[in-house]
Amino acid sequence: MTHPTKEQLEALALSEAEYEAIVERLGREPNELELGLFGSLWSEHCGYKHSKPLLATLPASSPRLLVAPGVENAGAVDIDDGLALVMKIESHNHPSAIEPYEGAATGVGGIVRDIFAMGARPIALLNSLRFGPLNEPRNRFLFSGVVSGISGYGNCIGVPNVGGEVVFSESYSANPLVNAMCIGLLSTDGLVRATTGQPGNALILVGSETGKDGIHGASGLASRNLEEDREMRPTVQVGNPFLEKVLIEACLEVAATGKLVGMQDLGAAGLTSATIEAASKGGTGITIDVSLVPRREGGMEPYHIMLSESQERMLIVTAPEDVDAVRAVFDKWDLRSTVIGRSTDDGLVRIFDGDDRCGEAPVALLTDPPQYRPQGVKPAWLDELQSWDAGALSLPDVRPDEVLARLLASPNIASKEPVFRRYDHQVQTNTVVTPGSDSAVLRLRGTRKGLAAATDGNGRYCYLDPYEGGKIAVAEVCRNVSCSGAEPVALTDCLNFGNPERPEIYYQLEECVRGISDAARTLGVPVISGNVSLYNESEGAIYPTPIIGGLGLLENVERHTTIAFRDSGDLVYLLGRSTTDDDASSLGGSEYLSVMHGLVAGRPSIDLDLEAAVQRACRRLVSEGVARSAHDCSDGGLAVALAESCIAGDTGFTGELSQASRWDAMLFGEGQSRIIVSVSAGSEPRLLEVCRAEDVPVVRIGRVGGDRLTIDGLLDVPVADLASVWSNGIQRAASGGAP
Amino acid sequence: MRFGVVVFPGTWSDVDCFHALSDVMGQPSEYVWHKDTDLSRFDCVILPGGFSYGDYLRPGAIARFSPVMKSVAEFDRSGGLVLGICNGFQILCEAGLLPGVLRPNVHLEFRCQWTDLRVETASSRFTGAAGVGQVLRVPISHGEGNYFADPETLTELEDSGRVLFRYCAPDGEITADANPNGSLNNIAGIVNERGNVLGMMPHPERCVEDLLGGADGRVIFESLIGAAVRA
Repeated sequence: MTHPTKEQLEALALSEAEYEAIVERLGREPNELELGLFGSLWSEHCGYKHSKPLLATLPASSPRLLVAPGVENAGAVDIDDGLALVMKIESHNHPSAIEPYEGAATGVGGIVRDIFAMGARPIALLNSLRFGPLNEPRNRFLFSGVVSGISGYGNCIGVPNVGGEVVFSESYSANPLVNAMCIGLLSTDGLVRATTGQPGNALILVGSETGKDGIHGASGLASRNLEEDREMRPTVQVGNPFLEKVLIEACLEVAATGKLVGMQDLGAAGLTSATIEAASKGGTGITIDVSLVPRREGGMEPYHIMLSESQERMLIVTAPEDVDAVRAVFDKWDLRSTVIGRSTDDGLVRIFDGDDRCGEAPVALLTDPPQYRPQGVKPAWLDELQSWDAGALSLPDVRPDEVLARLLASPNIASKEPVFRRYDHQVQTNTVVTPGSDSAVLRLRGTRKGLAAATDGNGRYCYLDPYEGGKIAVAEVCRNVSCSGAEPVALTDCLNFGNPERPEIYYQLEECVRGISDAARTLGVPVISGNVSLYNESEGAIYPTPIIGGLGLLENVERHTTIAFRDSGDLVYLLGRSTTDDDASSLGGSEYLSVMHGLVAGRPSIDLDLEAAVQRACRRLVSEGVARSAHDCSDGGLAVALAESCIAGDTGFTGELSQASRWDAMLFGEGQSRIIVSVSAGSEPRLLEVCRAEDVPVVRIGRVGGDRLTIDGLLDVPVADLASVWSNGIQRAASGGAP
Repeated sequence: MRFGVVVFPGTWSDVDCFHALSDVMGQPSEYVWHKDTDLSRFDCVILPGGFSYGDYLRPGAIARFSPVMKSVAEFDRSGGLVLGICNGFQILCEAGLLPGVLRPNVHLEFRCQWTDLRVETASSRFTGAAGVGQVLRVPISHGEGNYFADPETLTELEDSGRVLFRYCAPDGEITADANPNGSLNNIAGIVNERGNVLGMMPHPERCVEDLLGGADGRVIFESLIGAAVRA
C-alpha cells in the first residue's frame, strides 16, 4: 500500500502522526485492511484516546465490586444471596441524529448485548434522551423517531423499560442525545468473560449474516461533526429485535451449559473489536478466515467483513471439543452458528480469505492506541455567565400560580407519560414502581430485596459550571435512588461532549469528570462502567452532558417510597434546609430562569457532605417505615416538586411556609440537597430524631390534604388544573404550542 | 390442574405466565417448546404474549404454522382449555380458533398501561370466580390490539354472550375514552363457540400480586382452576 491520502486517513479518523506511529511500531506500512483495523481500534469509541486518563480518575472501589470498569462489557456488583447485578450505559447519539428510529433501536440492541454477553439476564432498560425544542419540525421528527425506535426494539425483546428522562434544550437541536442503560442479573458463579481464554479455542460467530452496513461507524461516524453525517445515512445499522430476543435466550442457555470460555458481542467495529479485544484479554493471538463468515450480500471484501457493524451478532469462544454441544443449542433456536477461526499462541491477529493471508498485526499494538491529555482552557464567556447577579433579577410580572403552571407545562418538567406509555415497563413481572417517580423499583425474585434505578444529568448546570455540574449529576441520581429508600451501590456514566480537541471542550470534559469523581467518592458509590460520546457538534457544541445511571439496593422491597403524597393529614417536611430560603442565587441555571426570563446564567453549587447526610436520613426514614413519600427537589424547585407529589397522589397540600422577599427563589429556586418527605402525624418525633442523628437540617412545610395546592399568599390552585397542564405539556409543545 | 405454557421464538410472557401459575397460583406448570406436539398431559394450554417470530408479516401469522399449533387445534377439538394472552390472542385469531382479527391500535402507537375490564358474563369457564359487571384492573401492552370482526360475526359474538371482557371506565361504564386501542364494542376478550378457548389482549399474569400494583388477574386463573375442579 502506498502512503494513504489525507482523505483516506480522515475516513478512518486517524491523524498523520498516528499513521506514522503505526508504521514505526509495525516496522512497515500497513495494508488497507490493517489500516482499517487500526482506525477502528484507535478510534475514540473503541480506544478512548482522549478520555482514558480522565476515566482512570473515577473511583471504582467498593466491597461489592465484582467486575471493574473497562475489564468486561459492563461492570458488576455483588448483591449477596449469590447474585450480582451488571450495568452499563451507552450512547447512540450520532446514528440517532441521522436515522432516529434505527439509531435509537440499535442503541438499545447494543447495550442489551453488552449485558447478556456477560451471562446476565437483561432485566431493565432506562433511556436518557436530549432533544432540541419541539417547536422545530426536525426536532419533532427526531423525538418521535427515537421514541418509536426504542419502543419498537425494546418492546419486542421483552426487557422492561422502566425509566430515564427526556430533556429539551436548544443546545441539542440537531445533536440529540440517546443514551441507553441496561441492568442485568446473574448468579455470581455464572459470570462469562469476553476472552479467548487460551490458544487453541474455537471462535464461533452466531446470529445475523454480515452485510456492508455500519462500516466505519466507530471511527468515522462517532468521530465527526454532525454536519457531515447526514450524508452518511447508509452507515447506520438496521436492527432486528426478534433476532436479538432469540439470541438472548440462546446465549443464556449456552452460558448455562458451562461450556463457554468467553462471549463477546459485535458492536462498534464489529468482528474487528470483538475478536481482537477478546484476544487481548485472553493474552492470545487469533486467526480468522473471513471466507467462512456468512454474509447477506455479494461483493464484500475482507475489509467490509472485518469492519461491518451488522447488528445482532455474537462471538462465542469454546474449547474445540465443545463446539458441537454449543452449536446444538443454537440449532435448537434456529440460529446460524459458524466456526470462523481460533485463538493462537503467537499474539498476532491473522486474517485469511480462504488461503490468502490478507492482514496481520500484533494484538498488543492494535489495542494500545495513543493517549492524549490536551490542555483544557476555561472559556472566557464562562466567567461572564458565572458572575451573573441574581439579586438584580426583577420578579416576574405574573402571579406565582401562573409561573407554576408555565413550569409544569414546560416539556422538561411536564409528564413524560406520552413517552413511557409506549414502552413495556412491566414485562418480566418485577416492576414495583413504574416510570414517573424519582426512580424505578424492581423486586429481585427469590429474595426480599429490590433494586432502584434512575438516570440524571443536567447539561445546563454543567454548561454553567462543569465541575459543580458533574458533582450535581452524581448527587441527583443518588438522591433519586435514595428517595425510594434504596442505598446507591453503583454508578455508570455516559459522557456526552463536543470535540475534545478544542481546549474549551476539553476543559468541560476534564472538569465534569473531576466533579463526578469527587461526588462519587464523597457519596461512597463506585463508577463501575461507562461510555464516552465526543464530537457532538453541529453549529456549536452541545451542553456538556454527563449522564449518570444509578443503581440502588433495597433490603426489603416492600419498604419503599414513591413521590406520591398518601393520606390527608400527613405532615410534610423539607430535609436539607432549616428554612425555606429565599437566596436568589439558587435561581442560577434553573428551569424558572430559562422559562420565565429566557436566561441561562448563574452558578449552581452543591455541598456534598450535606448531600450525603440528607440521603442517609431519607433512606433511614424509608427503611424504618417512617416516610410515607419522598421526592427530591430538582428541576423547577420546591413548588414543582410539591405539585408533582400532589398530582401523583391525587391529593392536595397546604403550606406552612414563612413569607420570603424573593418568592421566586423560595418556590422555584433549585438549591441542591433537598428532599420532601411526608410522614403520618404521629411520626414527627421519630423524623426529628433521625434528622438530628444524621445532622440534617429539617423544617416542616405543610400537610397533605384537600384538593388544592395552597401556599399562603402565594399559591392557591386546584390540583386537577395543575395535573391538566402538566399532563398535556409535551403534546402541547409538539403541536406548536409554547416551546 | 396442569398448565402448559407454549414458547415460540420471540415469546416473552412465558416466564411471567409460568411464575403466575406455578409460584403464585400453585398449579403444576410446564413450558412447551413450539416444536413439541404432545399436549395430552395438560388441562389448559396458555399461548403467552410476546412478539412470536418478531410479529413480522402480521402478529401471529408465522407462529400459527408452528408444529404445536396443529396440536393446539386438536386440543381445542377435544375440549381442552386454551388461553391466549396478547400475542396468544393474535395467534388464535390467525389460526382460526377464534373469529376476527387484531388490527394496529387506532392511534398507531404501542400502549403499556393499566385498563379496567368489565366482566360481561360469569357463566364462562374463565370468569366463574367473577361477578357479572365486576371491574377488573388489568394492564395491556401491545401495538396491535384493536379487535375487529365483520358485522355478522360481531352480532353473533354479542348475541351468544361470547364477549367476556370489555374495556370500561373505573365505574364499569363502557366509554370511548376507556377504549385504549379502538377495538369494536370495546372488546378486550372473547371465547369460541364451545367456550373453551379464550383470547384476550390484557395481561392477567401481570396482576396476580399486590406488590406489582394489583391482583385482579387472579380472578381469571381462579376461575380456570375452579372450572377444572367442577368438571
